[in-house]
Amino acid sequence: MSPRITGAVARRVLSQLRRDPRTVALLIGVPTLLVVLLHEVFAGRNEIFQHIGGPLLGMFPFVSMFLVSSITMLRERVSGTLERLMSLPLGRLDLLVGYAIAFALVAAVQASVVSLVALELLGLDTHRPFAVVLLAIGNAVLGMALGLFVSAFARTEFQAVQFMPAFVLPQILLCGLIVARDQMAGWLEVVSAFLPLTYAYDALARVTGPGALGARFWVDVTVTVSVTFVALAFGAATLRRQTP
Amino acid sequence: MEASVVVSDLRVVRDGTEALRGVSLEVFPGRVTGLLGPSGSGKTTLMRSIVGVQCVNRGDVRVLGRAAGDPALRHVVGYMTQAPSVYSDLTVRENLRFFARILEAAGSVERALATVSLDGHADQVVQTLSGGERARVSLAVALLGEPEVLVLDEPTVGLDPVLRRDLWEMFHQLAARGATVLVSSHVMDEADRCDELVLLRDGRVLAQESPHALRSETGTADLDAAFLALIERP
Repeated sequence: MSPRITGAVARRVLSQLRRDPRTVALLIGVPTLLVVLLHEVFAGRNEIFQHIGGPLLGMFPFVSMFLVSSITMLRERVSGTLERLMSLPLGRLDLLVGYAIAFALVAAVQASVVSLVALELLGLDTHRPFAVVLLAIGNAVLGMALGLFVSAFARTEFQAVQFMPAFVLPQILLCGLIVARDQMAGWLEVVSAFLPLTYAYDALARVTGPGALGARFWVDVTVTVSVTFVALAFGAATLRRQTP
Repeated sequence: MEASVVVSDLRVVRDGTEALRGVSLEVFPGRVTGLLGPSGSGKTTLMRSIVGVQCVNRGDVRVLGRAAGDPALRHVVGYMTQAPSVYSDLTVRENLRFFARILEAAGSVERALATVSLDGHADQVVQTLSGGERARVSLAVALLGEPEVLVLDEPTVGLDPVLRRDLWEMFHQLAARGATVLVSSHVMDEADRCDELVLLRDGRVLAQESPHALRSETGTADLDAAFLALIERP
């Protein structure tokens, strides 16, 4: 790995995004709109908005970056630029870490804007708002790592887009956001214990909640970070120097 | 003179069909070597094998004395794929700067732009360029740094005659400076611009010689006829 090349990759991904202002507007505008919508839907039951609003702030970047990174990497494969990069003195980690830096920066902006709107305009009363933004960035990198990995199994953009509901929606259903895990059927609770978003959500719920973080919080963080690294390693393994 | 690219008994199966069926050849520095053959003859597979991005079933490919794809070769082999492999949402210069940073060759960006006559379009987004212009961006990337071996897959397709002539002149200049230049084409009229020809058909090498030798050996005037004579030779 070389910091020069990693930096070049990150700069390139950011310039690509800069040349696509509509995508940037969507990345920041859509979660903001969704939070507003959530607030309006639960207008009569503010306690629900207060309960799920905080964790959701940290989960939007997971979903966005999963999609953006899987499509970006797919385009890199289809256009032949990946083949070109693999013939150049660029390490596979340079490419992945370069992506991670770029998408983490975008996630930081996204999470900050959405949090600002939720906290200042919608009256979301979240404990430790700065920690939410930090966790959001971590979740963005997790989403990116998973997105890069699964994009290796998509041949077309249609397939890549379908991986989002396939990989992400079940995790959102099972992570504890909608129904507390201990109220699920036993087998679902077991399944959810194997899904990374469960830990990411639990960390967010603890951070945004009133109580102490507890030892479980650090377990959550450790699991989330470890899964990110494992997904990045799997992602690196899907980048082949030689292809059939 | 020592060959810079040595391919021995190379066999490659792609998508269940044998794309290369035992190819052996030598490519020398200081010359422009043309890789000619109809589409589907295995040109791209052979070039990918030389660059080291192709999974190879059998045989050996050595470039500058090292196994193809060796990390030490990644600085010195310039590769242009058939489809323009550049970022269509970046400008021409942004593309070149990005690849130049990887190669530590930031100083060669402007020269590469001028070589492919794109200096007037440097700040245009690649998406808005014509097909031929995009191909030239891709070629410019292959020229970054000082590649000792240039592997160019159909670099002149769809270009206007003046530009084609200029590019072939440039290939010869690079060769004159000691580079190995391997250029593929499916157009036989480009064969005469090469110092040496490798004729490929059905994954096999039909002949490797100079255009002049090929004509006199087959007793034909033009290279298309020479190619036919070789195919139909018992």
